[in-house]
Parts: sequence; C-alpha cells; structure tokens
Amino acid sequence: MSRQASRGTESKKMSSELFTLTYGALVTQLCKDYENDEDVNKQLDKMGYNIGVRLIEDFLARSNVGRCHDFRETADVIAKVAFKMYLGITPSITNWSPAGDEFSLILENNPLVDFVELPDNHSSLIYSNLLCGVLRGALEMVQMAVEARFVQDTLKGDGVTEIRMRFIRRIEDNLPAGEE
Amino acid sequence: MTVHNLYLFDRNGVCLHYSEWHRKKQAGIPKEEEYKLMYGMLFSIRSFVSKMSPLDMKDGFLSFQTSRYKLHYYETPTGIKVVMNTDLGVGPIRDVLHHIYSALYVELVVKNPLCPLGQTVQSELFRSRLDSYIRSLPFFSARAG
Repeated sequence: MSRQASRGTESKKMSSELFTLTYGALVTQLCKDYENDEDVNKQLDKMGYNIGVRLIEDFLARSNVGRCHDFRETADVIAKVAFKMYLGITPSITNWSPAGDEFSLILENNPLVDFVELPDNHSSLIYSNLLCGVLRGALEMVQMAVEARFVQDTLKGDGVTEIRMRFIRRIEDNLPAGEE
Repeated sequence: MTVHNLYLFDRNGVCLHYSEWHRKKQAGIPKEEEYKLMYGMLFSIRSFVSKMSPLDMKDGFLSFQTSRYKLHYYETPTGIKVVMNTDLGVGPIRDVLHHIYSALYVELVVKNPLCPLGQTVQSELFRSRLDSYIRSLPFFSARAG
C-alpha cells in the first residue's frame, strides 16, 4: 500500500492540551507584541482568516459535502460537520433571525479556553477571536460574505460561549478581466 | 487508452497547473491565451448547462466529447476546477479528479504555508506526485492509445 493512500485514512491524533497551550502561547505573545486588546483582536481575526481560506479546502476534500443551497444548510454543516471535524465539538444552532440571515452557534465548551482565565487588564480581549476569522475566511471561499462575532464568552463570566453569524451577501463568480 | 493533458484552475481563472502527457497537436496560441480560452469556455458551459437544464441540477457539467477526445471536468464549491483530457475509452472519472484535488492539491499545496495560493503552483513535489499518480492510473498507457 502506498504511503500516500494510507495517510488519508488514518486520523492524526494530537494531544488537545498541546493545542490549547499552543493557542494560549500565541495569544499571550500577541498581547505582548500589540499592547492593546483591540489590536490583538484584529490580529487574531486576520490570522483566523488566513487559516480559514485554506481550511475550507481541506474540509471539502475530507468531508464530501457539496454546495449548500441556503444559509440554514450552511449553519448545519458548520455546526455538525466542520466543528466536529476540527474541534471535536458540536455547537447548537439557535436564535435564527426572522429573515433567516442570522443565527447563533452556542458552544457549551470551547477547547481553546481549557485552563484559561482572563486577567483583569485584558477585559476587552476576545480570546477565541481566531475562530471568527476562520469562519469568515472559509465562507468567503465558498462565495458567502459573513460576519462572525462573539456575543457571549465563558471567559467573561457568561454561561455559554455564543458566536453570532450574519449573512451579508453572496459573492458572485467573476470572470477574469479580458474575457468576453 | 491514455491521458492527454490536465489543467487546474482556481476560482479567479488563474491556471494553477498544467501538465501534458500525450498531446500531438497544440492549440496554436500562446499558453496564457489557451488557459484563458479553456477557463472562459468552462465558465460559459457551466452557466449554459444550468440555465438550459430541464431538471434540477445535481452535479452540473461533467464532461464533453468529440470524435477524438473527451474532456472531464470537476469543480469544488471553492471554485477549484480540475480539467482532464483523455481519449474516448475512458468512462466517468469523477473520483480520480477528486483525488487530484484532495490528495494532491489540498495535501501538498493548500496545507503548505510556504505555497502561496492564487498563483501557479511552483511545488516540485506536487508536480512529480501528480505525474506519478496520472501514470499509475489504469487508463493511462505509456504509448498513446
């Protein structure tokens, strides 16, 4: 059996502590580098975006999910397939807006924040903001412009962590310049 | 039976990769124009096929054939397009094209942070693995069929 064939089917196990600690080290370093929480939040979002634009390809390669027909289907795929595949959790989907263009992802537990407590001098830090960037970047590659933001965070004393997803618009395929 | 050539495009029409194995006749235009022509044609066919479909679309455009060759097409929701020209003896090869996307493009290019996206793939590993894969296909024969 070729090495290439077997690599696709085995799941690569990694210690989740290592992942949580790595993410924590990343955020800590950003806090040292940027000094104010707003800038750190922006950097996390940007980094998340760069991860998301590539992660979506891996997701499509591995999950065999086709194009979603509407935002509701997208929400289902994000919560039940994507979050499960990458973070091992299945957030619940709630609070649909009447127009069907906004929903919330409720995370009972967030693997990124195991062992984490926010110190008092970082009260406006959105610790897991990387996730919002990942969602935004990934969906942009499948032609959806969305906004993702944290509205509740267990790190700030809320009971659950809640990410609000808002559909902005569909990004149309553009023919490259010079085509008829 | 054989594979003539393969194109890989991204969602903006950039030709990420082109390889040929058995091509007896060239298009007669510069390569850049050939890629644009291929991409533009695919874009139009996709749109045509979905507009004119008498039923709800499932997979969309899959392939076309002439009396000499068959063009196979596979597209991902992210707009990555794999186009392979083979001879007529080759049946549906969606799984092959999907493999090129998932096990080659995603594994070797997307997951490599040093490979920039949105431009021609420079990775020699990608080129050689793709070449080995194509040559290993049951419908590829070293002699042009």
